[in-house]
Amino acid sequence: MELNLHLLSLIIFLPVIGLAVIALLPKPGQKTVKWIALSATLASFIVSMYVFCMFDKSLVGHMQFTEKISWIPVINSYYSLGVDGISLPLVILTTFLGMVSILVSWKIELRPKEYFIWLLMLESSILGVFMSLDLVLFFLFWEVELIPMFFLISIWGSGRKEYAAYKYLIYTLTGSAFMLAGILCTYFITGTFDITALAGIQIGATFIPLELLFFLLIIGFCIKLPVFPFHTWLPDAHTNAPTAASVILAGALLKMGGYGIIRVCVSMMPQVAAQYAPVMCILAVVGIIYGAGVTLRQTDLKRLIAYSSVSHMGYVLLGIFALNQVALAGAVMQMFSHGIITGLLFAMVGLVYDKTHTRDLNNLRGLARQMPVIAVVFSIAGLASLGLPGTVGFVAEFIVFNGAFSSTTIPGMQVYALIGVLGIVLTSGYILWMLQRVFYEYPLEKYNHVGDADLVEKVSTFAFVAIIMLFGIYPAIMTDIINTGIMPIARLIGM
Amino acid sequence: MIMEHIQFIAPEISLLCFALLIVLLDLFITQKRVLPVLSVIGAIVAATFIIVIWNTPPVGLFDKMISIDPFGLFFKLLILAATVLVILASHNYVLKFNKFQGEYYALLMLSAVGLMLLVSAINLITIYVALELSSISLYALVSFLKDKKSSEAGLKYLILGGVASAILLYGMAFIFGLTGNTCLTCIAEYVRGMPFKDLQEVPALMIGLVLIIAGFGFKIASVPFQMWVPDVYEGAPTTITAYLSVASKAAGFGVIARVLMTVFGLPVWLHNDWAMIIAVLAAITMTVGNLVAIVQTNIKRLFGYSSIAQAGYMMVGLAAMGLTMGTKENVTGGLIFFLLSYTLTNLGAFIAIIAISNKINSDEIEDYNGMIKRSPLLALGLTICLISLAGLPPTAGLIAKIYIFSGAVNMGLAWLVVIAVINSVISAYYYFKIAKAMWLGTPVTEEKVDASWPEWLALAACVVGVLALGVVPGLFMNLTTAAVRIFGI
Repeated sequence: MELNLHLLSLIIFLPVIGLAVIALLPKPGQKTVKWIALSATLASFIVSMYVFCMFDKSLVGHMQFTEKISWIPVINSYYSLGVDGISLPLVILTTFLGMVSILVSWKIELRPKEYFIWLLMLESSILGVFMSLDLVLFFLFWEVELIPMFFLISIWGSGRKEYAAYKYLIYTLTGSAFMLAGILCTYFITGTFDITALAGIQIGATFIPLELLFFLLIIGFCIKLPVFPFHTWLPDAHTNAPTAASVILAGALLKMGGYGIIRVCVSMMPQVAAQYAPVMCILAVVGIIYGAGVTLRQTDLKRLIAYSSVSHMGYVLLGIFALNQVALAGAVMQMFSHGIITGLLFAMVGLVYDKTHTRDLNNLRGLARQMPVIAVVFSIAGLASLGLPGTVGFVAEFIVFNGAFSSTTIPGMQVYALIGVLGIVLTSGYILWMLQRVFYEYPLEKYNHVGDADLVEKVSTFAFVAIIMLFGIYPAIMTDIINTGIMPIARLIGM
Repeated sequence: MIMEHIQFIAPEISLLCFALLIVLLDLFITQKRVLPVLSVIGAIVAATFIIVIWNTPPVGLFDKMISIDPFGLFFKLLILAATVLVILASHNYVLKFNKFQGEYYALLMLSAVGLMLLVSAINLITIYVALELSSISLYALVSFLKDKKSSEAGLKYLILGGVASAILLYGMAFIFGLTGNTCLTCIAEYVRGMPFKDLQEVPALMIGLVLIIAGFGFKIASVPFQMWVPDVYEGAPTTITAYLSVASKAAGFGVIARVLMTVFGLPVWLHNDWAMIIAVLAAITMTVGNLVAIVQTNIKRLFGYSSIAQAGYMMVGLAAMGLTMGTKENVTGGLIFFLLSYTLTNLGAFIAIIAISNKINSDEIEDYNGMIKRSPLLALGLTICLISLAGLPPTAGLIAKIYIFSGAVNMGLAWLVVIAVINSVISAYYYFKIAKAMWLGTPVTEEKVDASWPEWLALAACVVGVLALGVVPGLFMNLTTAAVRIFGI
């Protein structure tokens, strides 16, 4: 039935091909570089859309479009790819954001050749993480992502960029160091790196306590997501990263954490996950409320969006550790929706900054008069972020809380869900207040000369809006797919 | 019988002949550029001989003095490869001691002969002689620049090396006294037959074992025998620093693995004891190496400490190898694969450093600022090697770490692996410090930095190797597994 076209490899390596072409051209003009990067990411996006359309929704709990080639026989490791209902939305998200991030960077002038090389490498590595079915391969892609991100932040960033880049590097590396130890222990216990096989194996008592193994594995994901006490790298990295890097960072990179928790921790050790679910839920709720509270106090536009991510990722964690089918599906949906919405928010902040050269809320007023299109799109993104019905943000949050509230596995889940809902109220607070300060009230004269979005910017931002609306009005396209991936995990948990 | 065996040491003999030929020719010819060509040819001839005898079954030569087996042959190829790469990298560097080029190349090859004998020696006496052959050549090479720093480094290396040799010899004397033999397999037979249950019941063996570990610990730069490293690395000609950091270290690991595995591999209580010693030393070695490396400002000193830290990771593999003895598990090739990856990576980094320092005449990291603008390719090559040293993909470094650590976890050394992975994080800080300087710093001048074609060739070989090992490691891993199979039971 399935023609083996290596579609998934194609999705991962199309950006790499683009990267190689750019690198090998002796002295390419700025335009050539941009167009090559755009066509590579566009091609990758088209292939991923094809996969999305051809995805068989009737196959529950099966990896599709799989590829498997022996890679490191000595340690039983394979080059093994596949997508299911959990990874497919994130793959689409990443290819989409990868493409848009090129458009967002259209005006970059500093060392464009290197810039686009790093950006393409970043996209490839994130795609690799979402599609790998082998823990070593997964880890390899997980680590590759660090290098382009480090250089993107430290060269093209602003403010304390080197500090932010280092902080990002050290935080992530620390997490992945523990993860590597965890992966190796898993391999020793089970004798396999195969993620799908591991989900079916009951890991019994062994030389290290299962709880320890669980935490070794989850800490890297928690740092990436980020979960409350490990979140401090995020505002720094976001604030100082260039716009495109922020879009990818918030949109796709953070999702690696949530994806890893579902795919590796919860699927492999559902009992331990259930045992520690209350702890994780408390962290999630603290993250939601604390994140939202801190967001209220921000005066830097980018930092504000960054802290809002901390809060929104709390929903994801809450959805995962409510450990029921609806909530898990909600968590995946929330990852997708947050990726689109926050990606757009960062792109809009980038636009505002490009035009006005400031991100300080105290210096921005009444921009709606001077840049109406930006104001409208920014407002739509903001409203989606606070979960206005009709946008994808509402769908995701609704499913998460609906699922969490009806969960019976975790004692006290309703309380966590109730407190978590307060986060939505706070979100409305900071989003509306922010929109009011930036776009409404009286216009400032000094911004009279600034223009509105140009064609490239309109194309890229309208694409976001279309997706937000599409999945907001008819979410079943996505939720049906997500459910096929969630079902087998829900079965493991016994729900 | 001797004549039959000669063919098996043809690699060493041919290399020796070429070394002597170079010294002789050096007297007559004025066109010194012939010498490196000759030495490369010598190494290639030796490598050809090795490939010819590659598939012969393991055999002990000259009344169990030297063994020919995949383990030794693998190391010999590695040493030859390192030698060739260092010779290529010396292309411009030798102009600093123009008159002594002949001696330089000849000594380098003599030292390679010593190291090659060292990894195939299976008798305490051959081990000692081979060790001295390589060390004495290296003492001279370290002080080759003849300036204050280089001479000091040479003297320091000589004195500490002498002390280490004496300690090693002392340890060997204990073993000989206890067992009455110098051949490794004979000693092993005696040790296995001992009616003891604990190392403390045989103090002579314990002292001998500890002294031998200490003696070799100097060669592989394990803490607490690492004191010489930073000074010698800084003072020595950079090409020799590169050579010391890879070839000498690889051979050191080769011989220590062989001695510990064959002589002290069984009974189980014995290898448990030394594996624990090695594991604890490994933890200390990598931590000390990494922590001290953070504050270095001189790139050669930094690489000195980095090489100490890397030795720590390798010792993790050594400890795991030891613990595997007597279990039903196969000995993994983790250590060997790591050595292969480390050799290519570190040499690649050093070749870039040599090329850069030829131009800028400085080893300070701040002088590397903005190197990406002055020579994009050199900076890129060095960055890839740094990424590999830090253990990040898509390079050899990550796969090597996964491989070596998986062996260790398998043997119950999970605690050590956790320490090791935390150390990797620390190391990323200072490796990225160099990368950061090159990519972000503002260059002092815009003057371009270029390298000669042999340097480019060597650097390209290393970088391609590092990436190939990182992307398709399977092929090379089979080779390493075959190499360690001789330690099976």
